[in-house]
Amino acid sequence: MGLGRVDDAGGAGAGRAVVGQVSPNWVTTRLDFLVNWARSNSMWPMPFGTACCAIEFMATAASRYDLSRFGMERMGYTPRQADVLICAGRLPFKLAPVIRRIYEQMPQPKWVISMGACASSGGIFDTYAMTQGIDTVVPVDVYVPGCPPRPEGLLYGILLLHKKVMGETMADAELRKERWLEPGQLRIPARLVDELSEPFGNSIQQTRSA
Amino acid sequence: MNPTVESLRRAFGTKIERALVSCGQTVVYVDRVSVREILRWLKETPEEDYDFLVDVTAVEYRDPEPPLEVVYQLRSLKRGAELRVKAELPKDRALEVDSVVPLWRAADWLEREVYDMFGITFRDHPDLRRLLMWETYAEGYPLRKDFPLRGRFSRAEQVRQALAANPEAHYSLEELSIAQRQYDLPSDMRERLERGERGTVPEPGRRDDG
Amino acid sequence: MGEKRTVELDLATTGADAAGRPVRVPLGVSGTGEPDLAAEHMLLNVGPQHPATHGVLRLVVELDGEVVRRVVPHIGYLHSGFEKLGEYRFYNQIIPLTDRTDYLAPMANNVGLAMAAEQLMGIEITERCKVLRVVACEISRIISHLVWLGTTAIDIGAFTPFLWTFQEREKAYNLQEAWTGARLTTSLTRVGGMMADVPDGFVEALRTFCREFPPVLDEVDRLLTRNAIWISRTQGIGPMTSEEAVNYGLSGPMLRASGVPYDVRKDRPYLDYETYDFDVPVGEHGDVYDRYLVRMEEMRQSVRIIEQALDRLPDGPLNAQDPRVILPPKSAAMNDMESMIFHFKQVMEGVRAPVGEVYFAIENGKGELGYYFVSDGTAKPVRWRIRPPSLLNIAALPKMAEGHLFADLIAINASVDIVMGEIDR
Repeated sequence: MGLGRVDDAGGAGAGRAVVGQVSPNWVTTRLDFLVNWARSNSMWPMPFGTACCAIEFMATAASRYDLSRFGMERMGYTPRQADVLICAGRLPFKLAPVIRRIYEQMPQPKWVISMGACASSGGIFDTYAMTQGIDTVVPVDVYVPGCPPRPEGLLYGILLLHKKVMGETMADAELRKERWLEPGQLRIPARLVDELSEPFGNSIQQTRSA
Repeated sequence: MNPTVESLRRAFGTKIERALVSCGQTVVYVDRVSVREILRWLKETPEEDYDFLVDVTAVEYRDPEPPLEVVYQLRSLKRGAELRVKAELPKDRALEVDSVVPLWRAADWLEREVYDMFGITFRDHPDLRRLLMWETYAEGYPLRKDFPLRGRFSRAEQVRQALAANPEAHYSLEELSIAQRQYDLPSDMRERLERGERGTVPEPGRRDDG
Repeated sequence: MGEKRTVELDLATTGADAAGRPVRVPLGVSGTGEPDLAAEHMLLNVGPQHPATHGVLRLVVELDGEVVRRVVPHIGYLHSGFEKLGEYRFYNQIIPLTDRTDYLAPMANNVGLAMAAEQLMGIEITERCKVLRVVACEISRIISHLVWLGTTAIDIGAFTPFLWTFQEREKAYNLQEAWTGARLTTSLTRVGGMMADVPDGFVEALRTFCREFPPVLDEVDRLLTRNAIWISRTQGIGPMTSEEAVNYGLSGPMLRASGVPYDVRKDRPYLDYETYDFDVPVGEHGDVYDRYLVRMEEMRQSVRIIEQALDRLPDGPLNAQDPRVILPPKSAAMNDMESMIFHFKQVMEGVRAPVGEVYFAIENGKGELGYYFVSDGTAKPVRWRIRPPSLLNIAALPKMAEGHLFADLIAINASVDIVMGEIDR
């Protein structure tokens, strides 16, 4: 389909159709529906399972809750063939470069589900070793809270993602653009990382040492 | 009180410091210089036969005055006896003690973890490097009491340091030397490998916003 | 079936190259090889994200063709700072942390921690509490081994047992959820007792589970135990002698499969395990097949223990009758001044442990899980140490896997039955 890659005017690039510059119309909305329907109903997950949530993810994929009815039973253990990165479990700093690399290796279109409290915000681990949410490292589409979320909860998150995907449009040139980041470069400004990682709620009271 | 303590006092005299019973379990403090000798005696003497090393760990108290303690939990499988041996390491001197890997291979990773978390070096350990944190972790030794729960650096800085792609942080020197035969490692890394050195923490990247 | 040997790829050599390394001739070419075709060892990175590493374990493997020359495991990819966090929590607040270390068998961890804290504080628990804790530990052992069975089978290539074992786990999860409200992060115990008594119908449901579970195990047994493929993939793979196993600090099924009959339940009994009638399977060769047989039999023995426990479940109070340690019932706390004060002190200040230290170990599904507490008289421990069985078990992986083929490395890794939450803490 080709979205929004604007080549230099003239020369070799001129002949390629640049769909992203077309304004939305009846054709694009019908195409959108078709493409998004196809994408959302066969979204192959990349199970980035680290801790307890991974067990609930496996339980969701097993016979009782069955991810297969959503077309997601084919686990893409290689990111090259996966659509949605499901980070199930806590993400320590040592694992942060790994998830960034896996995310970068996935081809567009790709989405990220942050499953569980630890992946969404650091969970109960407000410590020296834990990222306070994977959104400090990769962009997240759906956050599924819970510790661990019940399989029904994860399925609800997946359905929300389907809804989000159905609302996408190819006329949006910026949607599937990705920035190349140097190693060590933050995805969001440092001030925002610190703000997202601030302890909140009970965490402020509980961590007195004696 | 475990009768081994009496036998220890007869065999080693003043190298055995105090012994006490806490919650029904015997703890004996020994001189830190003689740790390997005493543990070897405990393992190899047929009447003692402490053939199973259950755990090696360290304790730092909240009060700054008491020394650090390295704790060895020993068990004799045949006799069913259990003993805890502790060596005190005063904080004003180098935190060093002999490694017991020649006696029990179980001590290998247990001592590496104590080094990682407390900074206590074990002499003659075959491969003393960090176990849980990455090799070039710069914030310090996490389980020390002067190390704050959330770490010393800001969250953004921690994410940045974690994301810096640094093969020396993630591969040991011996693994890099295998890679050297296949790939062209950067020349400075090659020189460091030849000298047996570990690399340093990369410069924190200044560009972090998009 | 024939005896499994480790294959030694013996390639012919035609002399040495300029650096003095032997030049190997590839298989299939006779005599006249390429003189400067050197066979180098390949560095292969397995993990930390990999379907077969059972969590975020990274193995850096030096391969000579398919033969593993060296394997270096790297851990720490799930290091969360549990032990540091435990120094900032009251003893009861540490119990939810233990759910997340060995998340495959959370109730056993909860029991272990509560017992360590009780030994530190010198608290006696009631008979009913003891029996229920035995039930919790054995259910945990069963579900831990079921995960091992499903994932090991799937690693070696048999997909079906995975679905069957996870279906059985769902039944156990129903029980856990009915009792504690959570499928996985149970936080079952409190220091001095339990979070709640078993609900109505739980005992019958558990008996039904004990009745229906062994036939499923028999079906998996029929699929695997005398299967030619399974046997040739697992016999003779990754053996450890009993002396090596003891020296490496292995515990649990890894140690018993090597012929050392050490089980914490039998040798250092807790929760009245000496009064239960059960066997501990001990293997002979210490290879993957023996570990498989040991764990299969342990599951059957666990069912036996649960049935005995349910038969003897006494009535009576669940929690220790010590209001300084156990929260008073809500009705008392609302009506009676003294109870309200106890409630207030426990919640706001925590329960103070006396000065001292204790190391307490239980037999988890994976091995000897130990908790070491050092207390300085305050309500928060000075040091909380988890002695993880899987850490020592996986440290022996290089010893077990070097010289085997790469596919065997995956089988050996599966047989160690690790859980990274416990290893990395």
